[in-house]
Amino acid sequence: MKVTLRNPTREFEYDHGMSVQKLLNKLELNRESVLVIADGALVPGDVRLADDANVEIRSVISGGSVISGGSVISEAVEAGR
Amino acid sequence: MKCRVCREPAIIDIRRHNANFCTEHFLRLCRDQTAKAIKEFDMLDEGDRVLVAVSGGKDSLALWDILIELGYQADGLYIGLGIGDYSDESGDFARDFARQRDLKLIEVDLLREYGYDVPHGSRAAKRAPCSACGLSKRHIFDKAALDGGYDALATGHNLDDEAAVLFGNTLRWQVDYLGRQHPVLPARSGFPKKIKPLIRLYEREMAAYCVLQNIDYILEECPMAVGNKHIAYKEALNQIELQSPGSKLDFVFGFFARAAERFASSDAAIDDVLAPCTTCGAPTPSGECAFCRLAERATAAQPVRLSPRREKTSVRSGPSTPSEPDRA
Repeated sequence: MKVTLRNPTREFEYDHGMSVQKLLNKLELNRESVLVIADGALVPGDVRLADDANVEIRSVISGGSVISGGSVISEAVEAGR
Repeated sequence: MKCRVCREPAIIDIRRHNANFCTEHFLRLCRDQTAKAIKEFDMLDEGDRVLVAVSGGKDSLALWDILIELGYQADGLYIGLGIGDYSDESGDFARDFARQRDLKLIEVDLLREYGYDVPHGSRAAKRAPCSACGLSKRHIFDKAALDGGYDALATGHNLDDEAAVLFGNTLRWQVDYLGRQHPVLPARSGFPKKIKPLIRLYEREMAAYCVLQNIDYILEECPMAVGNKHIAYKEALNQIELQSPGSKLDFVFGFFARAAERFASSDAAIDDVLAPCTTCGAPTPSGECAFCRLAERATAAQPVRLSPRREKTSVRSGPSTPSEPDRA
């Protein structure tokens, strides 16, 4: 599963799918602050993302917000997963 | 998850409504909530002409789209702020949106029309970039709405924006600002009517609306706004919302219903001391308005490239726009 975080753009991969909510939990992202788009379609929290899904996570906060996600995302990007 | 209305597969969960929606019924929800806000706060009458302040971001483009869908005559106004690639790209999104829908977009370029841009102007005037930007935009929006004879100026402020502003003003008990925080500011001498039709919708819903309507908008945020307090307030409020869905809605609408009128006198007191700016004629509590003072300081500190005819605004389509007075 390929995951792309926006603003700034960062990409990494997981070797298996999981639910939207589980992915957000892993990345320590608040579901109120992001949209999840899988293979071009908006998906709610209970959807299971396929192993080969292309997933985009978009911040919805305007006015200067970036998706930081703290050390969890940094580690995921560095490890390629 | 199933759509609450039709039981088809849902594409979004709206936790404050404890409901999920498919594409069709989510889009209808957004339009219905906007129409409800317009009616609830007496924002517009049927047939009113509206000027939409367009930034190229999700909220203003979604608002423009919804107002057109609701049958209003809505034109757009885009201000080129001169913030590097960010301004170039956001302008392209606004132009593309207008062109694809054959809508009228008025453009004002801050550097060409007033002789400064936000990065240089804010530094020269010793103002925070967001402060100089907001001041410039408010002045130009007001002027364009009045000159164009529009019934109202609409901005894309959503519920998250209003909650963050209310949070900040309450933290510091800024009673004068609290007195003016309302989804509608009526027209007064020198000011157009200002409306916020997205007041019932969350920021996340506006982003979803754009995705579903194939509205391309600028994803990157203004580089000059990164790290500002407004964002920190939004993130704090979203933590509360995560634990208690509907908190942001209750915070803002509870304020309107039970607290706003307690601060109204502060706003009325400000009205009593307004007089025309000695330079541009806009209402101001001091001799020269803050915008003209900013423009003077900003243009004095950098090369000024004024267009030959300051009064001309560029229009992508539709009839010509009203002129602006020559400030040179």
